[in-house]
Amino acid sequence: MLLIWNRPGFADELTEAERNAIFGEVDVIMKELTESGELVGGEALAHPSQTRTVRPAAGGTEITDGPFVESKEQFAGYLTVDCETPERAAEIAARWPDVRHGFGVLEVRAVMEQAGTEM
Amino acid sequence: MTSRAFEDLLRTLAPQVLGVLVRRHGQFFACEDAVQEALLAAATQWPGQGVPEHPRAWLVTVATRRLTDEWRSEHARREREVAVAVRQPAYAAVAPPADEEPPSGDDTLKLLFLCCHPTLPVSAQVALTLRAVGGLSTAEIARAYLVPEATMSQRIRRAKQRIEAAGARFTLPSAADRDERLGAVLRVLYLIFNEGYTASSGDELHRVELTGEAIRLARELHRLLPTDGEVAGLLALMLLTDAHRAARTGPDGELVPLAEQDRTRWDRVAVAEGIALVTEALTWSAPGPYQVQAAIAAVHAEAPTAATTDWPQIVALYRVLARIAPNPMVTLNQAVAVAMVDGPRAGLALLAPLGEDDRTAGHHRLAAVRAHLLELTGDRADARAAYLAAARATTSLPERRYLEVRAARLVC
Repeated sequence: MLLIWNRPGFADELTEAERNAIFGEVDVIMKELTESGELVGGEALAHPSQTRTVRPAAGGTEITDGPFVESKEQFAGYLTVDCETPERAAEIAARWPDVRHGFGVLEVRAVMEQAGTEM
Repeated sequence: MTSRAFEDLLRTLAPQVLGVLVRRHGQFFACEDAVQEALLAAATQWPGQGVPEHPRAWLVTVATRRLTDEWRSEHARREREVAVAVRQPAYAAVAPPADEEPPSGDDTLKLLFLCCHPTLPVSAQVALTLRAVGGLSTAEIARAYLVPEATMSQRIRRAKQRIEAAGARFTLPSAADRDERLGAVLRVLYLIFNEGYTASSGDELHRVELTGEAIRLARELHRLLPTDGEVAGLLALMLLTDAHRAARTGPDGELVPLAEQDRTRWDRVAVAEGIALVTEALTWSAPGPYQVQAAIAAVHAEAPTAATTDWPQIVALYRVLARIAPNPMVTLNQAVAVAMVDGPRAGLALLAPLGEDDRTAGHHRLAAVRAHLLELTGDRADARAAYLAAARATTSLPERRYLEVRAARLVC
């Protein structure tokens, strides 16, 4: 799974042409991954200001507005790919515009499987 | 006809029908689509109307019609081919014509070689083999591999395009190429088997079907190439491994290691067939990696308990395997067997170089085996650290659970 972390609101600072160019890059990668059969799924998340955090509190739970971690970069979405090697997944991540243009970072994590071999 | 027998019939006929079409018309790409549609038509019509007298001819006719429909809607340059194709009588209602070649096992073999074409990535070889030779639908393959149907359908489409672009021919490879290509076919079948087998039984029904399909295809391959020792070896290995299925998960779905399995729950029929196959193959064939692995599984199967296993025999077989197919994973298993004969320290000594090998240094299985052997030496602290390292490195949930439980038992 490729976890996308970026600076919220970075897109507001771009010109329309720059924004379109970035969406175009995403479209190209998504098209390639669909054609190669590597794309499994993914979602983009709404702005962190729309987040609610639910945490344990005395006598039950507490619900507050805002993300769990207050940091410059926030979790913005994810992409699930089915690749031959972990290196290939990192290669896809390296092409993502957030990385290429310095808006954020991508984290590549393996997904746990429900199955195991005999030991 | 039971639904199981019905599915088996369709899956047995699938490569035969595809073979007939590709031989007549070429164009693997279009023929494969047409056969899928014919299989779908059969799956919806036969249960209600009964299986036709000549099921294979029925499928050939329906698939040919789909093919001509496809051509009709294409360019005018296809007109000549349409004229030839539509002139053929609807022979499904009558006996197959005299010039109809009998069902040919060679076709299945050619299809296997084509689907495991070296220009394709392994994931595409697997998908295409299951669809073209196994007769599984794209949806079934996608479910088994836990990817969206659109993903799997693109993977198959690309694989077919790549085969056509590479100019791959529907022929048996030359004798020189054959061993290499057969190696790819065996690897793909074994991958399909493992994909099904690594899934726990119970709730992962679709994946268990993959095990069954891999065994069915290996059986078919063995029927076509009865004198190939490695084909017999692979089939034996699959049967002997799959025989453990009922015993390898506990009541809560947890993994039960080989040493702790209730062997009375092993499938004795599969064990007997596996042992017979590999024993016979080894009498006339030079031992290859699949035969040796099957022989190791057979020695395990012959022991009533883990303790009474003929470990010296297993060590000797691993030594053969390490010579003909050297691989760090083989060394890992060899270390376990050596530990049973010469003690855990001898096993650990064998593992030492694997920590320097890039392929195994961070691998969870190396840590798991080290942990097991350290536990046997009585070094609880290091064993616990190694179990936890293995638990962190695995991507399998049941395996992580198993390793964490082992680590927890060692808290001093």
